[in-house]
Amino acid sequence: MAFADRVMGVSPQALHLRAQRLELIAGNLANADTPGYKARDIDFRQAMAAASGAAPGAGELRRTHARHLTAAGLAPGGDAAADVRFRIPSQPSMDGNTVETQREQAAFMDNAVRYQASLTLLDGRIKSAISALRGGQR
Amino acid sequence: MSLFNIMAVSGSSLEAQGLRLNTIASNLANANSVAGSERDAYRARLPVFETVYRGAAGERGASAGVRVRGVVESALPPRQEYDPGHPLADPEGYIYRPQIDAVDEMANMIAASRAYQNSVQTMNTAKQLMLRTLTLGR
Repeated sequence: MAFADRVMGVSPQALHLRAQRLELIAGNLANADTPGYKARDIDFRQAMAAASGAAPGAGELRRTHARHLTAAGLAPGGDAAADVRFRIPSQPSMDGNTVETQREQAAFMDNAVRYQASLTLLDGRIKSAISALRGGQR
Repeated sequence: MSLFNIMAVSGSSLEAQGLRLNTIASNLANANSVAGSERDAYRARLPVFETVYRGAAGERGASAGVRVRGVVESALPPRQEYDPGHPLADPEGYIYRPQIDAVDEMANMIAASRAYQNSVQTMNTAKQLMLRTLTLGR
């Protein structure tokens, strides 16, 4: 594992997935009045497990030579598939739209706070690394 | 970067909802416009929304914006009214008033302005997250 990976932990992948989920939910909110639009979301736990390598197999590239690049280093968060799923509405509307604004708002806010949490964690790790590199001196 | 896409998605929603508010405003403004023939009478205008996916369909995280596919005119025929003294009356003495339901339009307006507010809020949150990400490690 590269030094940077060890310092950062899983926070970069988490941030990447959180940003992706925010984008999906923003799309849902934007299409709250579009007839026939189906609300979409990702299963964060599953996506995170795939991105952090806890579930090998999904989207992993086989390396047939020791000097081949690893796929994890190419794209942030790896290329593990975070399946986009459709949300099951509790009150579907007549025009076929399945966006429930309150639910999406709640998910968006929840996700934004968790994004900030990952950010704070990452910030702390970077600061510790800088402090270690400077030998504790400012 | 995903967070920038949120701006595009929410921006498309602002544009679409703005156009919807615009049509509602012209419908309400023309609620009492009188015409001398059925063809010339004002008809309520309604925007038709449509989802725009950026990136290949079904691709993970493809952002879903919204756009106005077109503005259609209401199919309701104008109300015919007998008023031979009116300067615009046709030879038989009829004038034509648009078939606009003010209550309908007002309800529509509230829905549009709520959706607009939602998008503004979404953009604000995305902006805050982006600014915090920029100060990472400082």
